[in-house]
Amino acid sequence: MESLTQRAKPVDRRPMNWLEKIYLWEIFKGMSITLKHFFKKKVTIQYPEQTRPFSPVFRGLHILNRDEEGRERCTACGLCAVACPAEAITMEAAERLPGEEDLYREEKYAARYEINMLRCIFCGLCEEACPKDAIYLSETFAPANYSRKSFIYAKDDLLIPDPVTNPEEYAKAKGLIDKKKNLKS
Amino acid sequence: MGITQLLFWLLTTLTLGSALMVIFSKNPVYSILWLIITFFAISGHYVLLNAQFLAIVNIIVYAGAIMVLFLFVVMLMNLNMPSSPLKNKWLMFAGVISGGSLLLVLVAALKDTEAMRNGILMQTGDIGLIHNLGKVLFKDYILPFEISSVLFLSAMIGAVVIGKKA
Amino acid sequence: MTLLAFDWAFTVEKAILIAVIISISLVVAMYATYAERKVAGFIQDRRGPNRAGPFGLLQPLADGLKLFFKEEVIPTHSNKFLFILGPSLAMFTAMMTSAVIPWGGKVELGGRMVDLQVADINIGILYIFGVVSLGVYGMMIGGWASNNKFSLMAALRGASQAISYELAMGLSLIALLMLTGSLSLRTITDQQIQGNWWNIVYQPLGFLLFFICSLAECNRAPFDLPEAESELNMGYHQEYSSMKLGFFLFAEYINMFISCTVIATLFLGGYDMPFVDESQLSGVTALLVGLLALFGKTFLLIFIFMWVRWTLPRFRYDQLMNLGWKGLIPLALLNMVITGAVVLFTMK
Repeated sequence: MESLTQRAKPVDRRPMNWLEKIYLWEIFKGMSITLKHFFKKKVTIQYPEQTRPFSPVFRGLHILNRDEEGRERCTACGLCAVACPAEAITMEAAERLPGEEDLYREEKYAARYEINMLRCIFCGLCEEACPKDAIYLSETFAPANYSRKSFIYAKDDLLIPDPVTNPEEYAKAKGLIDKKKNLKS
Repeated sequence: MGITQLLFWLLTTLTLGSALMVIFSKNPVYSILWLIITFFAISGHYVLLNAQFLAIVNIIVYAGAIMVLFLFVVMLMNLNMPSSPLKNKWLMFAGVISGGSLLLVLVAALKDTEAMRNGILMQTGDIGLIHNLGKVLFKDYILPFEISSVLFLSAMIGAVVIGKKA
Repeated sequence: MTLLAFDWAFTVEKAILIAVIISISLVVAMYATYAERKVAGFIQDRRGPNRAGPFGLLQPLADGLKLFFKEEVIPTHSNKFLFILGPSLAMFTAMMTSAVIPWGGKVELGGRMVDLQVADINIGILYIFGVVSLGVYGMMIGGWASNNKFSLMAALRGASQAISYELAMGLSLIALLMLTGSLSLRTITDQQIQGNWWNIVYQPLGFLLFFICSLAECNRAPFDLPEAESELNMGYHQEYSSMKLGFFLFAEYINMFISCTVIATLFLGGYDMPFVDESQLSGVTALLVGLLALFGKTFLLIFIFMWVRWTLPRFRYDQLMNLGWKGLIPLALLNMVITGAVVLFTMK
């Protein structure tokens, strides 16, 4: 049979010679190998202090985007919910009332927007489906928790920080989105 | 009463007491544990007689090896079987008589030994030390020593042969 | 009042020495568990415990505390007294061996000659063998009293392993004893200090055999069948929990420490610092140098024990028995014959 890769090593099935039969020399060889590893650089990443760098296409927790004036971009069109193969997204639409123009960009907005992170498979189809640039997958993942309920993320958990009141946090979150956009274009 | 004598009485009580417990224990495992304690007490006596080599060999061979084999056997036995009490009265009677006569023979044999006549020398004499013991064994008693080792060898080979057959 | 007619100062001195030795062996055993995990980590390109305290140095304390707070489970239908006796015996025999090891030379302290050896008996090595052969009881009693087939099997496995390797161990030492002509560890050490070479030079094969047998006696990998967690359903301490389990595990580390010290004393010159002439140093300095040398050698040997453990896979039981009976014992006999011949021809 032809091998799939060139990396396959044939197994040496020759009978053992005398030196191999008494094992002792082979044991010393093995021990020198382990000693070499003793002084090798350790591969461990000290997790809470150090983190592994994410790939730019990493798909983590969702973010609901705002525009430059801090208005929510989502219009509750429901395309993300339709696109979602895991049916993790639930939303309820509401009409924008007069005086709320600085809160919502369009006349319709999502009054309730929930993603069940236990159902979500982080495929990113919602991101693809969104016509309004409103939902993005970020580089964080859901932290562990004790209850199932806490994994249903509501709008408060998902919304990006307001650029007007909290510009620093916004810039940080925004940077990730921009990075992603550049990658796609 | 010196410390040696005190130790002697202590060890003697321990030896006899634990030897009795070997017989009176209901659980065979306990019997063996008491037997081990007996061996230890006897080793203590050897130490009092300044025979360190004998003391430690007694522990290595008897307490360390033979008793482990005893334990092996007892632990693998089914201890849950109800032990049937001796039904035959005559058997009991015969046992008492044979045990009694053994005791009689032992007492008669030990009554006139040298040690009985002279009293035991505690902590003196160095025949039990390894140097002297070695010299005695390999000079004066070389023939019996070698014969006993041949005996052991043949026993070992016999065990191997029996083991191979099974 | 002849009862009080013994040397009280002597008794107090020995009592202090015993206390110090026991606490040292406990601390060393504690940190041996830490070192084991560190060595395991490093050999496997990991870091080992490093969270509890600086470099994870408080890890053994945390482990011990955890063991103390675990629930004590005594299985129903198990023999309660023997169940508790098992780990106690294991610990007791582990502690007892250290009595005949010379930890250092004699030194003059406060007008008294203080001997850093609890008892210099002329059968020192045999004493060690005696105590080691008793070490089996902790295992067997514990395994049997657990009222569990697997524990019992493991205990039998462990006991027969210990007995088999004790033989090879004794035989490998006989060759050494032919050279030294003494069973006292003090004399053996002194001979190595005064002579040119350590015993390992005269007895390389004996050293190797003794080393392998001590691996087996300490139930260390590759001979850790009595406690093969994964493939043989753990070991004789399967039913044990809490500090009783801790005692078993701890006794093993103490055994490892003591057997490393014994190897260092027998084959590596004991408290003899290489390239240093002890007789020219003053009493206390010589003592400290000697202690440093002995502990250095011991820790090196402990490291080798761990290194072997994290390198070699476990033997199968029949392989273990084959190695013991058909490999090590004939080799030890050969070593004995050769040494005997050499001694005969050189010492006319």
